[in-house]
Amino acid sequence: MRSRGLLLPFGLWLVIFILIPLGLVVYYGVTVEAPVPYTQIELADGTVAYQLEDGTVSQWPPHQTQASFSLDNFRRLADEMYLRLLWRSLYIAFVTTVICLLLGYPISMILTSKGFKHRNLLLMLIILPMWMNFLLRTYAWMSLLEKTGLINQLLMALGRERPIIFLGEGAVILGMVYNFLPFMVLPLYSVMEKIDHSQLDAAADLGANPRKAFWRITLPFSLPGVLEGITMVFVPSVTAFVISQLLGSGKVPLVGDIIHQQFTRANDWHFGAAMSLLVMVIVLAFMYAINRADPEEKGQKEVRIW
Amino acid sequence: MQDHLIVLQDLRMVFGDGYEALKGVNLYIDQNEFLTLLGPSGCGKTTTLRIVGGFEKPTSGDVLYRGKSIVNLPPYRRNINTVFQRYALFPHMNVAQNISFGPDMRKEDRQKTARRVLEMLELVNLSGFEKRSVKTLSGGQQQRVAIARALINKPDVLLLDEPLGALDLKLRKEMQGELKRIQVESGITFLYVTHDQEEALTMSDTVVVMRGGEIQQIGTPQDIYNEPKNAFVADFIGESNIYAGTMVKDKRAIFLGCEFNCVDKGFGQNVPIDVVLRPEDVKLKPAEAGIDGAPQGTVLSTLFKGVHYEMRVLVGEDVVLVHSTHAREPGAEVLVTVAPSDIHIMHKSDYVRENDEEEEGLM
Repeated sequence: MRSRGLLLPFGLWLVIFILIPLGLVVYYGVTVEAPVPYTQIELADGTVAYQLEDGTVSQWPPHQTQASFSLDNFRRLADEMYLRLLWRSLYIAFVTTVICLLLGYPISMILTSKGFKHRNLLLMLIILPMWMNFLLRTYAWMSLLEKTGLINQLLMALGRERPIIFLGEGAVILGMVYNFLPFMVLPLYSVMEKIDHSQLDAAADLGANPRKAFWRITLPFSLPGVLEGITMVFVPSVTAFVISQLLGSGKVPLVGDIIHQQFTRANDWHFGAAMSLLVMVIVLAFMYAINRADPEEKGQKEVRIW
Repeated sequence: MQDHLIVLQDLRMVFGDGYEALKGVNLYIDQNEFLTLLGPSGCGKTTTLRIVGGFEKPTSGDVLYRGKSIVNLPPYRRNINTVFQRYALFPHMNVAQNISFGPDMRKEDRQKTARRVLEMLELVNLSGFEKRSVKTLSGGQQQRVAIARALINKPDVLLLDEPLGALDLKLRKEMQGELKRIQVESGITFLYVTHDQEEALTMSDTVVVMRGGEIQQIGTPQDIYNEPKNAFVADFIGESNIYAGTMVKDKRAIFLGCEFNCVDKGFGQNVPIDVVLRPEDVKLKPAEAGIDGAPQGTVLSTLFKGVHYEMRVLVGEDVVLVHSTHAREPGAEVLVTVAPSDIHIMHKSDYVRENDEEEEGLM
């Protein structure tokens, strides 16, 4: 019973920072804002006045609005423009994840290989950028890649006549890979570190060349790390927004950017919330699929979200 | 040389941190031999085994297999299989998949392999276990799977790296007999590594005692036990009394403050030597017996050990360990006698027993 008391802070945390905000997002998502209904009436002295439903009368049209239940936000989302936006976000997140995996897997293998002496140094180099502010790092890339950026200045100084336009989809993917690569490497590193080298010895002993040993031993053992890395990269990639603004020079808006705009500029929280919900459903569906693919999770009494 | 299955030529191994694991090991292994590398941890026995298996490359020296150098062959090209210290079974595969791993790698006929797996399970007394997950097996069962997984490949040589180390005493005894039976039945050459002298003596045809990267002695278990070449071997193989002494002349030696008749010759005159007395060879006589030239001592302690009593007798400044079925009271004055043929004389070595101080402290 005493241990239940220890759950209280977490319970409070859960309610205040997860359940309430989530409830608000759902609330905003399924409502729309409209002016309160009123009727125009003519007063005894012939002037025009406005009467609200509760009977109050005022001289001016009411400026209050009221929220009412509606699925209009989701109908708006079905628009081709938004669907294409969503598709591009998923596509860029997918490409980012694949590149992170293709880079992260060999890096993790090198990091955990037996004779590798510079493990701490390399690990440090991978983690080091994370010590810097995320925004700052992205600005740094921008100042390198933009039209008047360092790279173009250098190229022009070397005799190139016109600057190369780096910013765009490629630069957005680069920025994402750069920012999210550690999230791929760290889970991979931690599972590969646990692979018993004597199992690789045993595989070699039984006639497996390094390629076969990889497919039969290293890959199956590292699969949970691969799946975790994919989740850790794909999810923030789908919802990313600053990177696409800075490195896409506004030409590659993603779902995250549009949601951001709804809250900051368009001031349409309802539509923004609906879009967030859609992204959330996509992310949850994705995580469900990943969970199903993980052999470790099958039939085990571990805590899972499903 | 051509007749030996494996020949190790002057193997030296220096690790990256400068640690010299092997300092010139020369050894040959014959067909069908059960050869054991025996020594304390850090003596280089496992390194030697790993070099034969191909998991380590020696800094210098050569490994000949049927007369051909295999030192540059990777493990997967050697017809040698290994039973690893912690078995190294593949936890994501069941028993049958583990055992058929080798044949699968060679793309052998699946049906034939399935039949062979059953044969192997029978050989290691695990029939009916083929579908079990290796994670649910006990240590002894995992051990047997590891042996079956290696033997199904019909290796010429089976390397075993302290395979019984993780088992409890009773299971270890059982598996010792089992391993010997498998070796005899399969006719495969066993290269076995252990730090357990009793294990080495019971199973092996040949025992190689190693210390600090060097071979101390090669011989049959009887040779090693009865004729240890130096104080280290004598101390490592079983309990023994080792004393510094002097060889006066052939067949006469001084130790424990007295002159003894012995059977050893050829050490020269007045040469420092080490003397080994096995505790079971020392006979205690009552002090009144009055035997000329026998050192007299006082019984320090008497412990009942089941088959025998273990007594410590103080002679001058030395302690003599005695095993006897006849107990003496602590404090009794006794004479220490040894038959000349039970006195074993060795060349003086630099070896000092590590636990000497501890033993003195206990008294």
